[in-house]
Amino acid sequence: MATRITIDPVTRIEGHLRIDCEINQGKVTKAWSSGQMWRGIELILKDRDPREAWIYTQRICGVCTTVHAIASVRSVENALNLEVPLNAQYIRNMMIAAHAIQDHIVHFYHLSALDWVDVVSALKADPKKTAALAQSLSDWPLNSVQLFAETRDKLQNFTGSGQLGIFANGYWGHPAMILSPEMNLLATTHYLQALEIQRKANMIVSILGGKTPHIQNLAVGGVANPINTDSPSTLTMERLYYLKTLIDDLGRFVNEVYFQDVCAIGAAYKGWTAYGAGVTNYLSVPDFPMDVKSSVFDHPGGYIPGGNLKMFRPINNFQDDFIKKGVQESIKHSWYAGDWDRHPWEEETEPQYTDFQDNGKYSWVKAPTLHGQPAQVGPLANVLCMYAAGDAATRKYADKALATISSLAKEPVPMSALQSTIGRHAARAVRAAVLYETLQKQWQALMDNIARGDLRTCNQPVFPRGEIRGVGIHEAPRGMLSHWIVIKDGKIKNYQAVVPSTWNSGPRNGQDSPGPYEASLVGTPIADPEKPLEVLRTVHSFDPCLACAIHLVDKEHKEVVRIKAA
Amino acid sequence: MKTLVLGVGNLLLQDEGAGVRALEKFENKYRLPDGVELLDGGTSGLELLHQLDGRDRLVIVDVVRRGEPPGSVVRMAGEEVPAQFRQKISPHQLGIADLLATARLIGSLPEKLVLFGIEPKNLDTGLSMSDEVVKGLDQLVEMLARELDAQPI
Repeated sequence: MATRITIDPVTRIEGHLRIDCEINQGKVTKAWSSGQMWRGIELILKDRDPREAWIYTQRICGVCTTVHAIASVRSVENALNLEVPLNAQYIRNMMIAAHAIQDHIVHFYHLSALDWVDVVSALKADPKKTAALAQSLSDWPLNSVQLFAETRDKLQNFTGSGQLGIFANGYWGHPAMILSPEMNLLATTHYLQALEIQRKANMIVSILGGKTPHIQNLAVGGVANPINTDSPSTLTMERLYYLKTLIDDLGRFVNEVYFQDVCAIGAAYKGWTAYGAGVTNYLSVPDFPMDVKSSVFDHPGGYIPGGNLKMFRPINNFQDDFIKKGVQESIKHSWYAGDWDRHPWEEETEPQYTDFQDNGKYSWVKAPTLHGQPAQVGPLANVLCMYAAGDAATRKYADKALATISSLAKEPVPMSALQSTIGRHAARAVRAAVLYETLQKQWQALMDNIARGDLRTCNQPVFPRGEIRGVGIHEAPRGMLSHWIVIKDGKIKNYQAVVPSTWNSGPRNGQDSPGPYEASLVGTPIADPEKPLEVLRTVHSFDPCLACAIHLVDKEHKEVVRIKAA
Repeated sequence: MKTLVLGVGNLLLQDEGAGVRALEKFENKYRLPDGVELLDGGTSGLELLHQLDGRDRLVIVDVVRRGEPPGSVVRMAGEEVPAQFRQKISPHQLGIADLLATARLIGSLPEKLVLFGIEPKNLDTGLSMSDEVVKGLDQLVEMLARELDAQPI
């Protein structure tokens, strides 16, 4: 007899997501992912000046403001074939890398670690043993007996006061929680330290962007940061060197704490490498442009069909028709009028809500495809594609992660193990380590270019009469983001954002194939349908961010979480 | 008293952006008292954590749905504030609830908490607010000025 569970909304994510699972003999046999808010950015942007679109698009989401601003200016530059000065590329690249590192750290510690780490069990830990464990993993100076004892006392006060706060919705004591009390205390302590360090990543973005959230320094054609090595009100040498200290602090945490914790937790949960692969077509786009034409990139992109790295097909630039012409969205199972598969430039958005229909329409999210196939995007896709492309930093950190996990797990863990629920966390940590090197590289490139006497930061856009089309592509923290723009006589005629979570959280497509969340849930073991921690583990491993996938507020008062087992 | 006035909301969803719009209105009408800083927080949550450092008072301005007529304004203080955000009153409530709980955990939650909420009418995609909320904001801004002891320009 099948049991049906509904988790609505899934918490510790941005936005509103509903997951339904059919469970048979302790395993998920069928799953539905339904976005419960509707986004209509194109309605707001129609007839506006393309130069200001980015100011609106960064309001789509509270977490990924920067990425929507970047993709938007790139879409207009792509339509105009507008060059972007080198300084502007490097400044944008630094903001992108710092934002992504911040996102990855926050995702691991604050949005998903509590699926694996039992905070209540940490109260039973011995601080001395915890310190010994921590020191066996890394040289991080804040792994002292005293600090672990302090954290334990702090937790004791916090939980003793009856106000669990952020820890209120955890599945403490769940049979699927298997870490030792010491490992739990270690991870909880780093949870608190991560709060501190993520501010430094935010500082990098705000020094360059003028403000976070919502950077203010972008412009179609470049950035609005004047560079003047003498004037105190611009980007000066002093500020650039301050950025360097922030970058190094961030890098130290990534390498000595985040990377090590993910390896240790991954080794303990090595059983989870068997679950959650789902859709194994991986799509990642090139990013970190290093020339004015945005044709040479520091990070390669590409496509891997069926999880086979040997079949890797590179995507070399934003003009590649493989991507530019290959993307379609299907609304067969989404709450829009009709049933079509269309290219984003040709889409129109006419909402048509039905009820939740298992075999019909059940989500506000559309189902995107690349050449007719669903694809998984995000750090795992990014790491697999960069590995297949031969990127040196990715190879170094991916090999290091697998070696560390294998040694801690006392059995060989192969590259293929990354294609799993726990593997997505490992891939994200690998990517964070790669991004730290990228951040250093971009900083150095900016310094060298300024030293050559080039102080330019922006080129003026000129809009022709008639219709032009462009796409702005960005490898965002959650994967490939694309903004598609049609401009007519200098005004926006159509605008579509195909966001990473659309690729991953999409419903069944025009051929009724499930999207990545849905496919990844099938086969997941469920110990207790009333406490479906295992479902959350897999869904959270994608870093869901539904605010931009869709956006409309739920009109009724609802409980914060509803888990319905029927 | 070091005060952060945090306007939250999504400007793309009509009345949903009222918290941010309130700050813009306030800024145009009143002189900012010493020690008071205004911040447009959009729909962010934990990203705002470092903004709470060293503040004695946090004043949040947001839409709050209580089933009152649109444009109605409410003031809450102290423990009522985190309690409100733990219920489902605002679409970004999870973000702000996490922000407040985390700040308390690491000891950076300002001692004094105040929330000004306004009842929304339209939350559909769009940039303009409903007449009721526009009108209600005038009252909210006056109350905010009294709270902060701000003088008109």
